[in-house]
Amino acid sequence: MTSASSGRIGVITFPGSLDDVDAARAVRYAGADPVGLWHADDDLLGVDAVIVPGGFSYGDYLRAGAIASHQPVLRSVIEAAHRGMPVLGICNGFQILCEAGLLPGALVRNAGLHFVCRDQWLRVDNVATAWTTRFEPDAEILVPLKSGEGRYVADSATLAQLEDDGRVVFRFLGGNPNGAANDIAGIASADGRVVGLMPHPEHAVDRLTGPSEDGLHVFGSALDALVSQPEAFTAT
Amino acid sequence: MTTTDALDTVTRAASSPDHPQPYRELGLADDEYARIRDILGRRPTEAELAMYSVMWSEHCSYKSSKVHLRYFGETTTPAMRETMLAGIGENAGVVDVGDGWAVTFKLESHNHPSYVEPHQGAATGVGGIVRDIMAMGARPVAVGDPLRFGPAEAIDTQRVLPGVVSGIGGYGNCLGLPNIGGEVVFDPSYAGNPLVNALCVGALRAEDLHLAHASGAGNKIVLFGASTGLDGIGGVSVLASESFSGETGRKKLPSVQVGDPFTEKVLIECCLELFNAGLVVGIQDLGGAGLSCATSELASAGDGGMHVTLEAVPLRAAGMTPAEILSSESQERMCAVVTPSDVGDFMAVCRKWDVTATVIGEVTEGERLVISWHGDTVVDVPPRTVAHEGPVYQRPVQRPSTQDALQESTPEGLARPATPDAIRDTVLRMAASPNLCSRAWVTDQYDRYVRGDTVLAQPADAGMVRIDERTHRGIAVATDCNARFCALDPYTGAQLALAEAYRNVAVSGATPVAVTDCLNFGAPTDPGVMWQFSQAVRGLADGCAQLGIPVTGGNVSFYNSTGDTAILPTPVVGVLGVIDDVRRRIRPGFTAAGDAIYLLGETGDEFGGSEWAHEVHGHLGGRPPAVDLGREQALAGALAAGSLAGTVSGAHDLSDGGLAQALVESCLIGGAGARIALPDGLDPFVAMFSESAGRALVTVAPAAEDRFVACCEERDLPSVRIGTVDPDPELTIEGLAPLRLDELRAAWEGTLPALFGGPRPGA
Repeated sequence: MTSASSGRIGVITFPGSLDDVDAARAVRYAGADPVGLWHADDDLLGVDAVIVPGGFSYGDYLRAGAIASHQPVLRSVIEAAHRGMPVLGICNGFQILCEAGLLPGALVRNAGLHFVCRDQWLRVDNVATAWTTRFEPDAEILVPLKSGEGRYVADSATLAQLEDDGRVVFRFLGGNPNGAANDIAGIASADGRVVGLMPHPEHAVDRLTGPSEDGLHVFGSALDALVSQPEAFTAT
Repeated sequence: MTTTDALDTVTRAASSPDHPQPYRELGLADDEYARIRDILGRRPTEAELAMYSVMWSEHCSYKSSKVHLRYFGETTTPAMRETMLAGIGENAGVVDVGDGWAVTFKLESHNHPSYVEPHQGAATGVGGIVRDIMAMGARPVAVGDPLRFGPAEAIDTQRVLPGVVSGIGGYGNCLGLPNIGGEVVFDPSYAGNPLVNALCVGALRAEDLHLAHASGAGNKIVLFGASTGLDGIGGVSVLASESFSGETGRKKLPSVQVGDPFTEKVLIECCLELFNAGLVVGIQDLGGAGLSCATSELASAGDGGMHVTLEAVPLRAAGMTPAEILSSESQERMCAVVTPSDVGDFMAVCRKWDVTATVIGEVTEGERLVISWHGDTVVDVPPRTVAHEGPVYQRPVQRPSTQDALQESTPEGLARPATPDAIRDTVLRMAASPNLCSRAWVTDQYDRYVRGDTVLAQPADAGMVRIDERTHRGIAVATDCNARFCALDPYTGAQLALAEAYRNVAVSGATPVAVTDCLNFGAPTDPGVMWQFSQAVRGLADGCAQLGIPVTGGNVSFYNSTGDTAILPTPVVGVLGVIDDVRRRIRPGFTAAGDAIYLLGETGDEFGGSEWAHEVHGHLGGRPPAVDLGREQALAGALAAGSLAGTVSGAHDLSDGGLAQALVESCLIGGAGARIALPDGLDPFVAMFSESAGRALVTVAPAAEDRFVACCEERDLPSVRIGTVDPDPELTIEGLAPLRLDELRAAWEGTLPALFGGPRPGA
């Protein structure tokens, strides 16, 4: 059963969200229906999954993602995630999910101190999460990276646990662009439903505007996750 | 002298005609001050003096350039006006690009603040041009930055360039606007005066065009966005120190404004929602000259007067005077004219975005701009005399006596590489030179992907964005200026800048339709500078008339000099192109092995002002390359036809560094090698490094070659097949030892990281 169009994937807009339109487009390209969610509203509108997009949610003042993680919509996302709803955080969204405690560790200033925008090769190290099942094991993908605070850090026990549990989902290839621990580009929650990554799969869905179409599988995987376990992960 | 607490009201001004005023410190000439007294029939109040002095400044009034800029209007034919929805004099030009879409675009300078404080100067330059575009009712869709710095290795360039780049990136990346192009040029003349020009492009439905005017008595004036502070009040602090001599210790803020990109991002979304809801009658951004400019321009362009209650303006500093509030250049502010019945809805949209909005006045019957402060009138002026009827100067114009000697110092005597090895070494040296090397160190700090509509960005010759996802319609834009050519002959140099930007748009597959400019020059009081300026304006205007594309707006920046020496005349030209389907865009670079490589156009022995003469010999003299705009049109026509027919698989313009540099870049951008045999009858050095205009390099699939050559012949466009794209990672030029791509890449990509920050992370 491929009831792709029945998948409704929410995309949150904070005042400083930038890549929300891109995430919504990627959801559409993957065959699902994007649903706009407003930061100040705790109603998830019955979506089946949520994307926290890139940008500078509140100007990245205080710490990137710190203010956003306390907004009404995030409270609902946290609850839904605990019930198993697939949640994806891209770039600033990854930072927000770490600040919100849905993912361990933190993102800090790039080792080179500069903002880095470039097409980045990644390896998909875990193809069992809600957002990566459509990838082949160890798939190498080309996705834009664009961030100034994209260096993943965590204490050594957390890093060891992530590695032992196979929760490193995406790893930088061909050189570490920002000094991230263990070349980590993205990680998953223990149940594999929540994934955060610094690179932007939503910018790699069309060769006209991106370096590849590799990112489409991220959004398609979520659709599969919804189809395989429909009731458990629908927001109320 | 002055009492410390007396408010300088209109009444007080009328009764104290002999009160001394620091008008000279504010930059007004004696006769300008006299004219203000004449207009008002009394001395101006402090607030009025602040308004006139800033609005009559060169930056706001174009008083030295106006008589020359008229030539743009005089040379714009009715045919050229057909697609122009708004032109010179509005916040930005607007062009009809088809399918009901209009595009607005503009270049602006932020040169002097960027030298004082590179990061904030460049950041607020981005913010200002973006608000200009919003003031036309458009959604900004792309930005770009033509930049000029002193010598790459100079100590001060190490301070200025990284600051400017981080300012552009830090501000622009936060706005969600892709940075799709620009320039980085190094020359000693910019050592004490970098040029930071900012480009913004916006798209709108043609029927949604908003012009800056305050019409309809009773309509409300709403100030929204950031609060108003003491930043950027510049010279007006003279007034404060006089009137408030007793109040010592008040914190003085830097004269360079400080930007907050998050506030600007929210302001963009708020404005777009206001536009979409139809809640705006007129709108104006607050940039240079702040409220002085916004209120006088809105009132001047409207059909009535205006009354502003200045105490309603939300302030972020205590004890600000009316003059300071009117002059503040605090960033991220807009001013809208709203009908009384829409004010509630307007405020609701602003609340949604957490944007502060305040009614500060209303449109009135009559013809006066009246500004009151807690009930007292501090400004009562005819707004046109502030905004549009400032002084106009016919500055002396004199061709410099040094111009002949400059042109006679031709590059013919310069030693040229004579052996194949020497030519090969020159290829590598030029590829690594600061002006020709890869710009990735700079452009990798800018977000080119956001919004997902970027089709082409650096290192492509032109940036291209899709403006309609349904129809695939898009626009392309390129900015260019070789200031050395302009120094040798400003008329021809300006036309060469136009030709290059036009060609860069054409190689992307788009059709050039309109022009904007940012005219960066030295002091207008120097007759030689005014000669350069007038020549450049005439060259550009005549060129546009010949190409049939209008100049829709622009910006003049005078007083650019290093010490007493003016910068090279730098009329940066931006060309906008339209493409009905971005899927047929032409990309730069060699990609498909077996494709034929064609050189289009003609190559002469032209080295005056060339990159080779500059880099290898430090020489500037002779004549710039000849310009043939008919040839540029033929080239653009062939490329557009090639894009439509699908015969052209890649294209790259030939400009700085000539054929050699175009070959190097095509190999490195596309990731494939090439086997090249130089055209017969040309000296190899001339063939490779001459900077003759009107040329491009294209690749054509073997099956399409006949059709493509025929298409060139139809247009009398010379085309010569000079080689093929090769699977081996080498650039092989007949007679020279092969150049490996990794060797070329190391040369091309290594320079800027070595100068400004080590290797790129992970590279």
